[in-house]
Amino acid sequence: MEKASASSWRRMEERYNLLANECKNCGAVYFPQRIVCRKCGRHTKMESRKLSGNGTVYSYTRTHSPADAFEEESPYLIGVIELDEGPRVEGHIVENGKEVTIGTKVRPVFRRMYADGEEGLIHYHFKFAPV
Amino acid sequence: MRDVAIVGIGLTRFGERWEHGLRELMAEAGVKALTDARIESKDVEIVYGSTMASGRFAGQEHVAALLADQMGLKNVPAVRIENACASGGSALRQGYLAVAGGIHDIVVVGGVEKMTDVTTAEATTALGGAGDQEWELAQGITFPGLYALMAKRHMHEYGTTEEQLASVAVKNHENASKNKYAQFRKKITIDDVLKSRVVSDPLKVFDCSPISDGAAVVVLAPLEKARQYNDTPITIAASSQASDTLRLAEREKLTEVKAAQIAASGAYRTAKVSPKDINLAEVHDCFTIAEIMAMEDLGFFEKGKAAKAIFEGETALNSRLSVNTSGGLKGCGHPVGATGIKQAVEVVMQLRGEAGERQVSNAEVGLTHNVGGSGATAVVHIMKRSN
Amino acid sequence: MAGIIGYGAYIPCYRIKAEEIARVWNDDAESIKKGLNIREKSVPGIDEDAATIAVEAARNAVKHAGIAATDLGAIYVGSESHPYVVKPTATIVSQAVGAGNNLTAADLEFACKAGTAGIQMLMGMTESGMIKYGMAIGADTSQGRPGDALEYTASAGGAAFIIGKEKSEQIAEILATASFTSDTPDFWRREGASFPSHGGRFTGEPAYFKHITSAANLLFEKTGFKPSDFSHAVFHQPNGKFPLVVAKQLGFSEEQVRTGLLTPFIGNTYSGASLLGLAAVLDKARPGEKIFVTSFGSGAGSDSFAIEVAEGIEGKRGRISSIDGMINGSKIYVDYSVYLRNRNSIKKS
Repeated sequence: MEKASASSWRRMEERYNLLANECKNCGAVYFPQRIVCRKCGRHTKMESRKLSGNGTVYSYTRTHSPADAFEEESPYLIGVIELDEGPRVEGHIVENGKEVTIGTKVRPVFRRMYADGEEGLIHYHFKFAPV
Repeated sequence: MRDVAIVGIGLTRFGERWEHGLRELMAEAGVKALTDARIESKDVEIVYGSTMASGRFAGQEHVAALLADQMGLKNVPAVRIENACASGGSALRQGYLAVAGGIHDIVVVGGVEKMTDVTTAEATTALGGAGDQEWELAQGITFPGLYALMAKRHMHEYGTTEEQLASVAVKNHENASKNKYAQFRKKITIDDVLKSRVVSDPLKVFDCSPISDGAAVVVLAPLEKARQYNDTPITIAASSQASDTLRLAEREKLTEVKAAQIAASGAYRTAKVSPKDINLAEVHDCFTIAEIMAMEDLGFFEKGKAAKAIFEGETALNSRLSVNTSGGLKGCGHPVGATGIKQAVEVVMQLRGEAGERQVSNAEVGLTHNVGGSGATAVVHIMKRSN
Repeated sequence: MAGIIGYGAYIPCYRIKAEEIARVWNDDAESIKKGLNIREKSVPGIDEDAATIAVEAARNAVKHAGIAATDLGAIYVGSESHPYVVKPTATIVSQAVGAGNNLTAADLEFACKAGTAGIQMLMGMTESGMIKYGMAIGADTSQGRPGDALEYTASAGGAAFIIGKEKSEQIAEILATASFTSDTPDFWRREGASFPSHGGRFTGEPAYFKHITSAANLLFEKTGFKPSDFSHAVFHQPNGKFPLVVAKQLGFSEEQVRTGLLTPFIGNTYSGASLLGLAAVLDKARPGEKIFVTSFGSGAGSDSFAIEVAEGIEGKRGRISSIDGMINGSKIYVDYSVYLRNRNSIKKS
């Protein structure tokens, strides 16, 4: 898992605030951001765009076999979320007592993702909550 | 372009090889392959070595030179090819291109992975590097998790059931029970799979390929010279590869591996065969859902129809199409860097008629399907008995 | 005068009942529930801390206020459970609400009253014209040593208030504030210690009651207001009983205290406690009503406020979920072992 401060820091706007970008040529919206528009297949003008973070569960699973740094939280619920603005993104789904299934509407929440051990940085991230 | 043949194969037993490190595994498979090809070490012109994460698993990078050295090949050029779990298939393709293009005559392609020296969490994290580190692994999304997301969606769209997923594992264990190189020789039942521990729902332990040690090596030569080295050279009729987004969520669909579809159609075109001409296929069943999608992506079954067909035995040994006769990644084991090459070794054994108890009776045309990550790389090879 | 432009709150959805804690320690649940006037308390999720609670509350506040986050000139986060000892929670909040970089920010600590201290700082900064808006937050995932009486109350939650001086934008005007401060060691946590220590009964009369009544009386003297001038009174609420007692001492009725008394249902959210109480009152208050608020922070001090609800409050209603919705919405009850796990008190590794 990434231990360096910089690698987490440079993704902060995306990880905290779902800052996407949009191709000014074809209108495709990308989250996470892309330098080159995949649809146009070339370098076009890309502009930042904040997403609502609202979306729909496209698929989901509860992981019982965690990656490093996620042992304490395991098992945790992961989803592919289809955001209202178009892009699909993987994210944690927090368990708030509401049922999660394909088609469940979600909204963004702000949570701890993982920490670099007891003394290292805490990495914060968007997660999704069923509404 | 020259026709290319596989003239030598070497394989170690896959599994928990506590007494053997990277170098012993490489040497074991390498010596077998060179002997099988009846070549001298001085004949080898280049080595392509594949490993996915030897740095994470064994602390060892620069593996191709080690592979060449441990096989007794002095001072040959050696190049490592890394494409996650498709490293082996990708290395085979590079070897194929070198021979087909007339650059080299004798090419050794070897794959190895030594995975059991690290903890399960460390291995899970290392394998996670095959996905998008910043957007999947950094959120604790593991490979079983990614394939579970595909499985859930496949179940949602096509009504695929957990029993059907389980039937893939049952079939592959059945085949592995007949393979002395396989990690698991024990047959299992649907019930065993369904009752095994959940890893990432709906996938259970028996839906997942294991953590394995092992190595596989093939020797390539131009077909025109192949009989110098082997009495039954096997022609590589097609080698095809494609890529897709590294991140699963960004793909058009979660229920298919588009790169595999593209690689397969390219391979069929080059080999001038269609899916119905294939007698046996070694496909990338890292998880049971992956074999179901592979059957669909490779055109053996219509989308959404493969799970039922597998459950009903249509891909069992010596049925309509024999799939994963080696036991696949599930039954034979999945030392990631070795897998793509092991698939080729199995098809060669089958086409030579040397597969013993698990021999496919009508083995004329075989296919290998090797996938990297959750589908960002796919490599398909088609092999035939040489005329 | 400076006033409240908007507010937001956050209470985690997990709860533990007093009976469950009593079960573990063989306490008499009924006498504890009665003695502390507490039924259950909120528990943070395993991935929640004071920073995530502060961010959720802050995002709600920005939404409620209807301002551009980049117009915030200052963000102060009061907590006694900041996730880092060194590295501000306030910068996490400012990044996560999209406040940009042209602002000042700092973490505050004054036991349970750091949030109201932040409001006072922002009153001065906005009234002087130094900044246009500022946000003060009180948020905690407070800790109680297992088996300690505090364990029945120490909970998680927070509230954020955006302060500005433009009257037309205010939902409530802060008419006056007064504070009372002394060095009173009733409760503390040393650097590196996991749990706070406290002086037992010493936390009562010389600490909580003395400071609150002193600050309140200072405010009454300063403004000429008397308890009957207020529709609502909110006090720091370490348990469900103290606020009722202090209210009575000051001459407030139970009716005036009821709306802002949340501890019986969510426990003591420390830095969030009096602010959440105020938020709950604002959810229901009508323009023209006056609200009396007095916080208390151990160590010790109290900040007293006289607030008058403005017309602007009606136009901003319904923009965010209500405190009532957070308290009584979907709740997940956890047992004591899950509670310990969520608090990181038991670990796998």
